[in-house]
Order: sequence, then C-alpha cells, then structure tokens
Amino acid sequence: MIDYTYTLLIPLIPLAVFLFTGLAGHKMNPKVSGLIGTTGLFAVTILSYLTAIRYFWTDHLHGSGYQAMKAFEIEWLHLTEKLTINLGVLLDPISVMMLIVVSTVSFMVHIYSLGYMKGERGFARFFTFLSLFSFSMLGLVLATNIFQMYIFWELVGVSSFLLIGFYYEKPSAVAASKKAFIVTRFADLGFLIGILMLSFMTDTFDFRTLVSPTGPAMLQAGSATFMGLSAITWALIFIFMGGAGKSAMFPLHIWLPDAMEGPTPVSALIHAATMVVAGVYLVARLFPVYSMVAPDALHVVAWVGGLSSLFAAIIACTQTDIKRVLAYSTMSQIGYMMLALGVSGYGGHDGLGFMAGNFHLFTHAMFKALLFLGAGAIIHAVHSNDMRDMGGLRKYLPITHITFLIACLTIAGIPPLSGFFSKDEILVAAYHHSMPLFIIEFAVAGLTAFYMFRLYYSIFWGKHTHYHHTPHEAPATMTIPLMILAFGAVFSGFLPFHELVTSDGLPFEAHINYGIAIPSVLIGVLGIVVATLMYRKETAVPAKMAGGFGSFYTWAYHKFYMDEVYLFVTKKILFNLVSRPVAWFDRHIVDGFMNLIARVIEKSSYLIKGLQSGRIQQYGYVFVTGTIVLVIIFVFIL
Amino acid sequence: MTVNDFLLMRHELMLVAIALILLITDLMVKPAHKSAIVPFAIALFAVQTIVGFLPADEGVLFGGMFKTTPLISLMKNVLNIGVLIILLQSWPWVNKPENREKMSEYFILLFSTLIGMYFMISSGDFLMFYLGLETATIPIAALAAYTHHQTKSAEAGVKLILSSALSSGILLFGLSLIYGSTGSIYFDQVAAVYSNAPMQVLAFLFFISGMAFKISLVPFHLWTADVYEGAPVNVTSYLSVVSKGAASFILVLVLYKVFFQLFDIWQNVLYVISVLTMFVGNLFALRQQNMKRFLAFSSIAQAGFILLGMMAGSQMGMTSVIYFILVYIFSNLGAFGVVAAIEASTGKILMSDYNGLYRTNPKLSLLMMLAMFSLAGIPPVAGFFGKFFLFTSAASAGLYWLVFIAVLNATISLYYYLMVVKAMFINKTDTPIAPFRSDSMTRLGLILSGLGIFVVGFWSQVYEFINSLSVGLF
Repeated sequence: MIDYTYTLLIPLIPLAVFLFTGLAGHKMNPKVSGLIGTTGLFAVTILSYLTAIRYFWTDHLHGSGYQAMKAFEIEWLHLTEKLTINLGVLLDPISVMMLIVVSTVSFMVHIYSLGYMKGERGFARFFTFLSLFSFSMLGLVLATNIFQMYIFWELVGVSSFLLIGFYYEKPSAVAASKKAFIVTRFADLGFLIGILMLSFMTDTFDFRTLVSPTGPAMLQAGSATFMGLSAITWALIFIFMGGAGKSAMFPLHIWLPDAMEGPTPVSALIHAATMVVAGVYLVARLFPVYSMVAPDALHVVAWVGGLSSLFAAIIACTQTDIKRVLAYSTMSQIGYMMLALGVSGYGGHDGLGFMAGNFHLFTHAMFKALLFLGAGAIIHAVHSNDMRDMGGLRKYLPITHITFLIACLTIAGIPPLSGFFSKDEILVAAYHHSMPLFIIEFAVAGLTAFYMFRLYYSIFWGKHTHYHHTPHEAPATMTIPLMILAFGAVFSGFLPFHELVTSDGLPFEAHINYGIAIPSVLIGVLGIVVATLMYRKETAVPAKMAGGFGSFYTWAYHKFYMDEVYLFVTKKILFNLVSRPVAWFDRHIVDGFMNLIARVIEKSSYLIKGLQSGRIQQYGYVFVTGTIVLVIIFVFIL
Repeated sequence: MTVNDFLLMRHELMLVAIALILLITDLMVKPAHKSAIVPFAIALFAVQTIVGFLPADEGVLFGGMFKTTPLISLMKNVLNIGVLIILLQSWPWVNKPENREKMSEYFILLFSTLIGMYFMISSGDFLMFYLGLETATIPIAALAAYTHHQTKSAEAGVKLILSSALSSGILLFGLSLIYGSTGSIYFDQVAAVYSNAPMQVLAFLFFISGMAFKISLVPFHLWTADVYEGAPVNVTSYLSVVSKGAASFILVLVLYKVFFQLFDIWQNVLYVISVLTMFVGNLFALRQQNMKRFLAFSSIAQAGFILLGMMAGSQMGMTSVIYFILVYIFSNLGAFGVVAAIEASTGKILMSDYNGLYRTNPKLSLLMMLAMFSLAGIPPVAGFFGKFFLFTSAASAGLYWLVFIAVLNATISLYYYLMVVKAMFINKTDTPIAPFRSDSMTRLGLILSGLGIFVVGFWSQVYEFINSLSVGLF
C-alpha cells in the first residue's frame, strides 16, 4: 500500500486559509488576504498534480485496473453497529481527475480575481469565501462515503449562496442567491431521502462497499417495488434529484441563470467548472450501482440530461446577456455529460459513455472557465453584460479575443481541440444506445456552434459601437489565467482518458468513429457558418429570423416561462392552499393553546396565594390536614 | 474502640473537634483579635472537606446504630462542598460590625447542624436517625434568628422552631408506631418484617410527613418562604441547599433500605407529593418579587423534581438524585451567592433592583445567568444533565405521565428564571445597582459555584463515579 495520507492536506489547506483570513482578515491589508488564498491554492494545485501523477502513472496501480483506495479515514459518528459516518479521503480515477479540475480552475480563478476584484469592497471577504468553497468542493470530491459527500454538498451550496450574494447591496444579487440556495436545497431534500433509503437497504454509507460488485447494494435489485420500480431504483432517482438540482438540470435549472449575479470569477469557478458538475460526479461515483441494479434510474438520467441540453441550447440562442448565454451553455453541456453517463454500460467498451462523460466534464471545465473568465475580461472592459452594448472589441482586447475564439471553437467541437474528442465520444455512446437521444444531441451540437459564434461575433465583430472610454485589455493577472486555460482547452483532448478513467478501472480501446465524427464536425461548421452570415456584420437577418420563428422565439426568449411556472406553483398554489392554512393553524390554534395555558397558570397562581398567609397556626393546620389526607388516601382508600 | 473504628467516624469526630476548638478559641481570644476567627474557621473546614475525600472504609459501629459506606461518605462530602462554599460566601456578612461579636456562634451552630446531618445520614436505626435529625434542626432555628434585632429574623426563628416541633411530633409518632408494630428500631430488622399492614402504612405516612417537612414538600412547605425570607441570606442558602440535600439523602436511603417492601405505596405517595410540589412551588415562584422568597419557592419546585429520581427505585434513580443535588448545590449557591453579595454591599433584595445589573456588574450578572440557566435546566450547563438524568430514570420506571408533568413544570420554571435574566440584561433603569467589588473570599465562593456548574455537567466521570457507588431498590 502506498502512502497517500498527505492528500488530507488538499482540503485542509483551504480550510486553514478560510479560518485564518475569515477570522483575522479584517485586521490585514485585503491584498494580503488575497495572496494568502492564492498561495494556499497554489499549494493545493501542486499536491493535486503530484497525486494525479503518482496515482495514474508512477505508482503503477493499474495491474488489475485502477482501484479506489482510502488514503485516510476516521469514524466520526457511530450510528449503529453497522452504520457509521466516517470522514476520509478516497482516491480513485474520478476523484483524482476532479482534484485536477477543481484545483486548476480554482487556482486560475484566484489569480484572475486578484486583478478582477481589485479595489472592490470586500476583497478579503471574497477570497475568504473562495477558500471556503475550495475546501468544500475538495472535501466533496474526496468523500469516502455518501454522507460525507452530503455534508460537503451542503457546504458548497452555502459557499455558492455566499458568493452569488457577494454584492449584497444589490437586491437582484440577494434574490438570486436566495433562489439558488432554496432551489438546490429543495433538490437536496431528494438527495437526503435517497441517502436514507439507500443506507436503510444496504446498511452502509461507504462508496467502496456500495459500488462493490458483490456488495449489499447489488443484492437489492429485486427489492420491494413501488409503481413498477424497485426500491433501490427509487433511492437512486431521489439521489439523482439532488444531483440534478446542483447541476441545474431541467426542471431544477432555474437558479443557474440568476446565479450570474455573482462576480464573474465565481461564475467561472462555481457555476461553470466545479460545483455544477457535482451532480455528474455524484452519478459517476455511484455509477456501478446505477448501471447494475437500476437501469431504469439510468434512463431517467439520460433523458433528463438529453432534454436539458436541448432546452438550454434553444434558450441560449435567444439571450443577450453574455453571462446568461454562457450559463445556458453550461446547462446544455452538463446535459451532455449526464446523457453520456445515462447511456453508458459497465465495463470495457460498454463503459464508453462513462469515460466520455468524465472526459467532457474535464474538457468542459477548461473551456467553460476560459469562456467565463474571458467574459469577465470583456465586462471589465466595457462595464456591461449585454452583448447589444458590445461590438468590434477584437481591436481593443487582442488576448481576450484569441482565447475566447479558441474556447468557442473548442465548444463547437472543431478538431483537434479538446471539445471535439470528448463530444465525439458522447455522440458515439449515444448512437449505440438510443437513436432519439443521438438525434437530439446531434442537433444540440449544431445549436451550440451557432449560439457560441453568435456570441463571439456580437462581441468582437458586428457593429461599431462607440464607447464612453476606450476599452483596454485586462491586466496580466487576468490574461495569464486565460492563456493557461486556453492551453488546457486546446490540448486536454489528447489525454488518454480511455486508459485512465473508465467504469471498471481497466483501460479499453477507443478510436475515432469517422462515421459519426465527420457529420458532427460538419454540423458544427454549419452552425458557425450560419452565425457568421448573420452576425459578422450588422444585418437585418437576425430580426427577420426571430420574426420567422414567431411565438416560438418569444417563448425561448422568455426561457419557456419556467420562472413564471415556478412562481405560479409556489405563490398561487402552495402559498394559498398550504402555507396560509398552516400559518392560521399555528397562529390561532397552537399559539392560542399556549396562551391559554399561560393564562390558566397565571390565574391559578393568584388563586392559591391565600395559602401563604404568614400565620403559623394555619401552617400547622395545613400540615396536619395534609398528613390526614395522605392517611385517608393510602390507608383507607387504596 | 480501635483506631480503625475512629477512622470510620472521621467526618463526625473531626467536625466535633473543630466545633470545640472554635468554642475554646472564642473564649480565649481577646475581643480585638476576634476577626481572626473567621479565616481560622474556614481554613479548618477546608481541611475537613479535603480529609473527607480520602478513601473511606465500610463499617458498622455501636452495635448497628452507626454505619458508613463509600456511598454515605460521598453524600457527606457533597454536603461539605456546599458548606464550604457557603462559608466563603458568608465572609462579608460575618465581618459586619454588628455580627462581629458573635461570629464564632455562627460557625459553631452551623457545624453542629452539620454534625447532626452526618449522624442522620450514617444512622443504622431510628433512634440515631431521630437524634441526628433534631441536632440538625434545632441549631438552624437559632441561626435563622441570628440577627434577632431584626423582627423578620426573629420571626423566622420562631416559625422554624414551632413548625419543626410539630413535624417532629408527627415523625416521632410514626417512629413509635413502627417500633410498636415491629418490635425493633434497627433498620435491618424493621426492613425484614415490614409489610403493608394498615398500621405500618400509617406509621410510614407519618414518617414521610416529617421528612417532607424537612425537604419542604407541598403541603408541608408553608414555613419555607417565611423562614427563607427572614433568615440571613447565608442561613437561607444553607437551609435550601445543605439541609434539604441531607434530608433527601437520608430519605432516599431509608426508602430504599427500610421501606422497600412498601415500594408501590411510597411510589404513589411521592407521586402525589411531587406533582403538588412542582406545581405549587412554580406557581408561587411566578409571582415573587423578593429574591429570597423567589429562591425559596424555586427550591420547593426543585425538591419536587428530586422525588422523580427517588420514585424510580433503581440504581440510576439514586445516582440521579445524588447527582442532581450536587448540581443543585452549585447552581443554587451561585444564585444565593449573588443575592448575598448584592445584599451585603447594597442591601437591595428585590428583583426590580436587578434591572440593568449587567451594565454595572457584568461578572455577577453572568454568574447569575449561569445559575438561572442551570436551575432551569438549559443545556449545556450542569442543571440540564441533572434534570435529564432524573427524568430518564423516572421514564425508565414507566412514569411517563409524571415525566410529562415535570417537563411542563420545567417549562413554567423557565419563565421565572428567565425573568431574572431579563431584568439583569434587558430591562432598563435610571438607577441600577452601582458597580462594586466583592472581597476575595466571596469571589472565591462565587467562582467555585460557577466552576461547579460547568465541570459537573461536562465531566462525565462525576456521574459515573456516583453511579458506581449507588444501589438500586432490589
């Protein structure tokens, strides 16, 4: 056994930074807080890469496939003889991969924020929250059991809440943070129910035991059924509900666009690269259980993912706020990942979807963080989120322009950039599994290319806008992370994922299926061409097109009125039919009963005051009477 | 008697010696130097307390009239802790000019009653028990009337002596019935032949009425408020803590060891009494403005809770009773200590005088808050665990309704305990009690109570240790 105990430091360093800057931050120069946070994350990044290199390559662990190992574990809470809640560090291919994703993006975002947040009030607070988030996310990734994951799952929710509401003086930011928190909390209720069901059936929280092919979870396939699905299927669907909430899957996605109220680096870190893919990670983590005992739950995952990706891609084509376009794009890409997991089988080449989903998670983290950070640089330059205020920026922001273009090409799936490889694998997996899903994803690939280049042209080409002051390129602290991430976006596609991150730990042969790769590239190119024609120069075509789609365009522009549906359900139905009666009951019956008791006690207190007269004769009388009453009761009556 | 026999009685013998030394010293010391007696007496008693904690043997003396076990030593030690804190807290009061003349009386009387309690707890027959009980009671009447130039104090003394004469009469009547029906006064022999014949039940009821007077259970409690109010504060705290604790200890021992054949009956008797006690104590405490009367009624209500543990009739029940009394000593002495400190330096005694105390005397207020929380049973202070164990033992004996009533009463009591906290922290006034600084002895006494409130709650070995010595009914 090779010692990996040092990996415990990976979550603990950000925790220490959080505690230190959180408690002592107000006494320091804010810059110092930022530097401490960034240095801490640098250390975490070094340790993560070291771990990844050791785990995947130098320690030769893959004799019989990469195994999950516990680098550290302690018992935290002893519930029953069998059931304990532990805290520890679990290393396996996906957690090591996620370490790379989280530490890289977080480190980049830290550096970037040094420039982006410069001079903001609450600079130190921002970095404190970033450290809290990094700690929580790393703890989530490294969790050895589902309950530890749940704890950190809530912690990332809290950090996300704090960071979305960072500009707490802006009412919209406060509303967005509340919305994000409540919606994801609601989803987490499902997660908790799922955890309880699962642990009830299997007597364990531990991931390694749960996913073991001979483990207790696998024996539950024939467990009690409800509405045609076995109990464990329901448990896994509930768990997926938590994942869908965090990963903004339809219909729990409504918080993600609003979450863009947070500072842009936060959007890049939390709402593009790391936290929102926690749902994908959760499904991947329990994948053997999904795959072997609950294929029905996996179908749910696949279809939710597929429909979300289509739904989000359509909306993304109509939005004008650049961060919202990117938010819907994120939702769409996560839909891809979910779908990939949903169509995957277990073991060998059947596990292609599993590999592809994780692969896409990895590449997406790089290029989507890049897009958001690029968007941050643009917003930094023009002080607006709206693409209608932009145009012709390529002259002013050369570095941002090039890196943004690279990211757009990557997400559009143009070879040999990384997005091409991961998306291609997903399409292959979908093609082998389900034709309708393949067609949806194929269409989404075209839509993705279209809306990304619509965004690109509207920002960097298009009309010549007159700016109040000349936009200028961002400082080096912001452009260097852009370049590093662009490097990742270009080259991460060459990582041999099929040898490293597979469903059963064993490498398998993967090759490019030209029958699918060529059409998918072509539809991407088609999307780009259409976007070029429509948006490269200012023309009347887009308005005509919008008119041509008529009410469908209006629907998409209004995000298919999902927010209104939610408002109707909560305000009109829930509040009126449930909350009001409950509130009435609470105010009148419960409080009334309590007030009654209080009044009775007060009254009786007055009534008996005569007993305490101060006269000793009466005391003696009461004393003797008391004795006689006791005698009468216990000698004569009983 | 051998040396070992003496060692078995070391609590009693040492304290007698201390009382005699003080008496002689008082006669020999010139009036000008009399103030040295106070630290001397406290130091002697501190030695007594420490020696009490040395390991104790088990043994029987005087043909079975006196017996001691580690459990009994533990009970005496618990009382010692309480007395020591009270002595420390009495410092400013004893040193007042008007009390300086007779300060050694205070100590001698106090120690005499404590000797009585020792014998009472250690008694092996009803005669020794009764002697101990009277030795423990009569000097207290003198103590209550200690400041006899004040009408209230004299009244307290008279009321106490008259009431206790009545209760002793009834108790003695019960004891003679016991002797008449069993032919013995030795606990072992009485226990062996006791049954639920009407005569013996009657004797038992008389006995319990007398004991209920000592613990001030309803309806035998009426003397409590007047005596507590009239007596000097330190005597009141002694009455409410040490005297009540000692009586509870002997009651639980006698119930478990002597009257266990009557378990069903005494469980019901205690049931009735405890429900009455909790309600009446609480209902009266709700309306008190005088802090001493307030604490008097609160201590009546607390006594009702103690009965819950006794009723369980199990080892856990006895443990919870002893543990609760230990906790209660610290909490109540914390509260009384603050009241005494304030009365000694300002003469103020009403709850409304405490308005805004936090601004002027934050440390005292915090200690008072701690004591109130502990008495009310708010976690995490010790009072919570004390009540928790009492309720648990009653619930495990199946007394669910009683536990429900007790919880209800704990809620009522929360209200008036929080009223004190509210007065100190929230209520505003133009004339708060001016900041003052107590002398070091008082502060030591207050710190000890505050520490006890925390330590006894958090340090689970205390409970484990008591539990290892306790015994069940059967």
